[in-house]
Parts: sequence; C-alpha cells; structure tokens
Amino acid sequence: MATVEARQLVKAFEEVRAVDGIDLMAREGEFLVLLGPSGCGKTTLMRMIAGLEQPTAGDIVIDGRAVTDLPPRVRNVAMVFQSYALYPHLTVERNISFPLRAVGMSKEDIRKKVDWAADMFGIRRFLNRKPRQLSGGERQRVALARAVVREPAVFLLDEPLSNLDAKLRNSARDELKSFQRSLGTTTIYVTHDQAEAMGLGDRIAVLNHGRVAQIGTPQDIYLRPSDTFVATFIGSPPMNLIEDGDTWFGFRPEALVPAAQVPEAAVRVPLRIKRVEYLGAEQLIYGTVEGRGGDAAAIARIPANLDIGVGAGEVCDFALSRHDVQRFDRNSGRRIAEATS
Amino acid sequence: MTAAAEPAGRAARNKVMARFIDNERLLWPALLAPAIVYIVLLVGFPFLLSIFYSLSSATVATSDIHFVGLENFTRIIHSDTFWRSLWNTIVLTVISQFFVLVFAGILATALIKDFRGKWLVRLLILLPWVAPISLGSIGWLWIFDSIYSIINWTARAVGLFGEDFWPIWLGQPNLAMAAIIVVQIWRILPLATVIVLAGLSSIPQDIHDAAEVDGAGFWRHQFEITLPLVMPITLVAVLFGIIFTFTDMIVVFVLTRGGPYDTTQVIASWAYFTGIQGGDLAGGAAISLFLFPVLVAVAILFLIAARRSEVT
Repeated sequence: MATVEARQLVKAFEEVRAVDGIDLMAREGEFLVLLGPSGCGKTTLMRMIAGLEQPTAGDIVIDGRAVTDLPPRVRNVAMVFQSYALYPHLTVERNISFPLRAVGMSKEDIRKKVDWAADMFGIRRFLNRKPRQLSGGERQRVALARAVVREPAVFLLDEPLSNLDAKLRNSARDELKSFQRSLGTTTIYVTHDQAEAMGLGDRIAVLNHGRVAQIGTPQDIYLRPSDTFVATFIGSPPMNLIEDGDTWFGFRPEALVPAAQVPEAAVRVPLRIKRVEYLGAEQLIYGTVEGRGGDAAAIARIPANLDIGVGAGEVCDFALSRHDVQRFDRNSGRRIAEATS
Repeated sequence: MTAAAEPAGRAARNKVMARFIDNERLLWPALLAPAIVYIVLLVGFPFLLSIFYSLSSATVATSDIHFVGLENFTRIIHSDTFWRSLWNTIVLTVISQFFVLVFAGILATALIKDFRGKWLVRLLILLPWVAPISLGSIGWLWIFDSIYSIINWTARAVGLFGEDFWPIWLGQPNLAMAAIIVVQIWRILPLATVIVLAGLSSIPQDIHDAAEVDGAGFWRHQFEITLPLVMPITLVAVLFGIIFTFTDMIVVFVLTRGGPYDTTQVIASWAYFTGIQGGDLAGGAAISLFLFPVLVAVAILFLIAARRSEVT
C-alpha cells in the first residue's frame, strides 16, 4: 500500500501541453479513477506515474519518495494496458512469472506465487497456453494476474475493460472492484467511460485539457459539478444548461418532472415537446425551454410508466425542486455556490 | 456524328474492360501469366537444360552431344578443387552470415531509436545494397590493392604496420578469403538490417512498456522479449543471406577470380570457370547442380523454423 502524488506535473510534447500542471494525490488503498475525454492527458499522466514518460516539469512521489528520475522497474508499480500487452511468445505461466523472474525470485516461490495469482482470476487451466489461444476476457485476466503476482505498491490500469464486449465488461468491472478491495492496493484507473468511473472509483479525478477539472467522490462529481465541463461530461444524457442572464441555469434530466409531481415552492419549466424516446425502464423527453436568451434544448428523464398525456409540438408543464437547480457563471463556467436560504 | 460515336466507342471499351476485370476466371490467369512465363523461360528452362547437360558430354566446341550418365558427377567428386570450393563456400556463407546477423541486430536496434539525422544514416546503410555489386566490389578491389591499398597506407601512416610489414590482401590465401568474407558481409548487411528493422518496428510499443514496468533490465528485455519476437523474420533474413551467398560468385570473381591457385574458389565461381571460360558445359552444369539440393534443404529447414517461432 502506498500513496501516489503528482506535484505541479507538466508534460509538453513540442507545442502541446498534454499535462498542464496537475496536482493530485491517491490515498493509501484508494481506487482513484482518472476520467476525461480523449486527449485530456489522462494516459500521459498515468505513463508518467509508471515511469514510461519523463515529465517536463514537476514530480511524481510514491509513498513519500520522489521517483521522478527513477526507471519504471524500481518504482514497484504494475500496469495493465488497454491492449493487455501480453508477451505473445510466452505461455500464460511465463507471462505471469515474468515480473518475478526479473527480480530473481527462486523457482519454488515463483511457482507458488503464479498459482496464487492464477487461482485468484480462475485461469489456472490456461497456464500452458499461449495468449493467442485465449479469448479477450481470458487475456484480460492474465494481464491482471501478471500485475497482481508481485504484489506491487500501486496498480495502474489503462482502460483495461475497453476491449471487452459490453456484457463481459459489467462482470469484469465487478470482479475488478472486489479483487482491489480484497488486496487493498492503491489503484489508479484511466477511463473515458463515466459509468465505469462511477461504478469503480472511490474518487474520480475529471481531467480536461491537461488539468484536473474536479476531484471528488462519484456523488460530488455528479451532484455538485465544479463547472459546466464536468456538468455536461458526466451524466447521460448530460445536465441541461439554460441561459439565464449572466449565469447558466442547470439541472439534471431526472430532476425535471411533470409539474403535478413536484410539491410547492418549485421552479416551473414549460417544456415544448419535440420527441419522446422510450428506453424500457424510463423515457427521455426531448424538448425546448424558453429561456431569457432564446429557446434552449432540454431533456427530461422520467419513468416509462408515467404518461405525460401530450404529444409532440405541444407544451407540457414540467417543474424542478429548488435544490435541484445549479448555477454556473456565464463567462468562466465555474459553479456558483448555492445561496444558503 | 463522329463526335458522338467516339465517346460511345470508349464507353463500350470501358464496359469490356470492366467485364474482364470483374471476371475472376479470366483475371487471375492473366495476372499470373507474366510471372509464370518468366519462371518457365528464365528459371525452369535453364534448370532443365543444366540437368540435361550434366548428364551429357556437351562442350562449347562441338555440337556432337551424347549421354554419359553420371560420369561428370564422379569426375567432379574426385577433384580436389571441388572439395576446396565446397569448403570455401560453406566457410564464406557461415562466417559472413554470422557477422551479418550480429551487425544487423545491432544496427537495427540503433536505427529503431529516434535521433537527429536518422534518415541519413539509414540511407548510408542502404547504399551498398543499391549500388551495383560489381561496382562496389571493384571499389573494394582498390581498397585491397597490393600497391595502393588504403588499409596498408593508413595503417603504416598511423604506425600500426611496421616498415617491413605489407600484407598482400588478395595474394595470400587466408587474407584473400578474409577479404572476400568482409566484402560479402558489407554487401548482405543492408538487406538484413532493413528486414530486422521491419521486424523490430512490428513489435507493439505496449509490449516494450510492459517489459519495462515488469522490471526487465536491458539484457532480459533483449533476450526474453525482443529477440524471440523478431526471430521469425530474422530467420527469413538469414535464409536470403545464405542463398545470396551460396549461389553468388561476383565478389569472388571480381576480387580474386578464385585465386591464388583456386584457394578462394567457391562452387558458383568454379562452375562458371569450368563451364563458361573452360568450355566444359557438362562439367559446369554438374557443378552448379550440387548447389540445388543443399539450398532446397536449407530453405525448407528455415521456413519450418520460422513457422515454429511465429507467435501471432
């Protein structure tokens, strides 16, 4: 177990600053997710933590020790790559034992450790196979076993689930979380998938343009986004933002419900309905709201069994609870703290 | 009228062309034909002809040819020059290919890295391959010249060779063989380097990164990851090198003509001297046919090995 810190970290590739001054700390045993759109610098940040990329400025600190100038092999981190990066010419057993052989562990200890790791991921029967003889899910387990086997101080996982099919991804996510809990190893996980981030992360760091836009628990990120980027990046469909003077008036689609459902003291939102999308358990109502800056698109998410009784083109009375309303500055996009009332 | 008929004619032609290209039964024989004609005329026919000659009494002097069975082969086997040529061929091939392999590995490893002026170094390394072999060999002929040798003059100037030390590179049997080997390495190295380089760049960066994070040091990384992964394509490079060295005579021909006293003769050059310059067509054909079974065996062996070590 260890803490991982990035201090004033900068990585510039010629003109582009992929990582532009990041301060971040993963606590002991924490599952920290780096979330952001592609090109936000999350993978570069992880590669710098691993030691595969040398920062332009700033420091990487693992367990209180600056490791910025140290090569990957002495940092005691294990990494799982998006492609899994299994050694194609080695058997599963030799793949898993590779990190142990590199530190010169005795044959017998290696065998014990490999068996332990293989059992943890249920891949013992594949030990003599080559990676090409395995399915995607099996390869992913081998990659995890290879990372776990030497009990590193930190796990770095770079979108390890993105090459799995949707069904497998859910069960793999669950397993990933439970094995991380049982080992208690500090884990940094890179993804662009917010559902993965929400489901896995103790905390999520949302990255944009090489900077940390917000860091917090999944609840913090979802309920109190620090700016309009986080507000619209997180949530599917994203937060509705409507121009209102020099602020953005924001609310989540599920907060917008037919007026009859909301008690007194509510904000009335007449919604001109364009289209209704039925999704099984729920339905999405696409419409427009008359704002001060003209019509703005808004989406409501309500249970599928709730009949709003109006068709496309008509106006339906929707409403919000007052505490579901969030405001952001028009110019900076920053969140405006709720007035305590 | 003609203006209207012209595009119509072109359209019809295009239609015929399109139908031809769409018709796979016509297309594949048409596309394969040039290669087949080439192989039949320039490889197959001479090959059969040499089998025929090797079993006959053909010489350039007479058109009176009769069948003599394996007489030419027994004559060759009992010749000292044959055994010396065979030995020289094997020595030349094995030693030159060993060094080609080592140097190609080192060069490719260096060239895969990014550095300023990389394209220039790549170009320079490829030059020996692009230059005509005979031209390059003639350059080497001057480098090894008995009077003007730049090696000797340079070595004397810097005090490496004493006043009474003056090797005649191409005039002493062992030195001549060494010179031939050096030129052969110089010749084959570019191709081997490019092939190994292609092999190296086909390894995904993730694999290297994983090895780094997994704690592999330089040697473990080279021998347990990189080397096995470039092995299949390296075997192909070595196979090419062996075939090009085994069947070729240009370097020997230009540098020593097999001399002094046949001590640097290889099978291919001896076949040429016997069959073309000596006029003994039957003997020359029989000598060159000795190469054939050896090369077939080598090729099969290497292709099997390459297949075995393939990983994806």
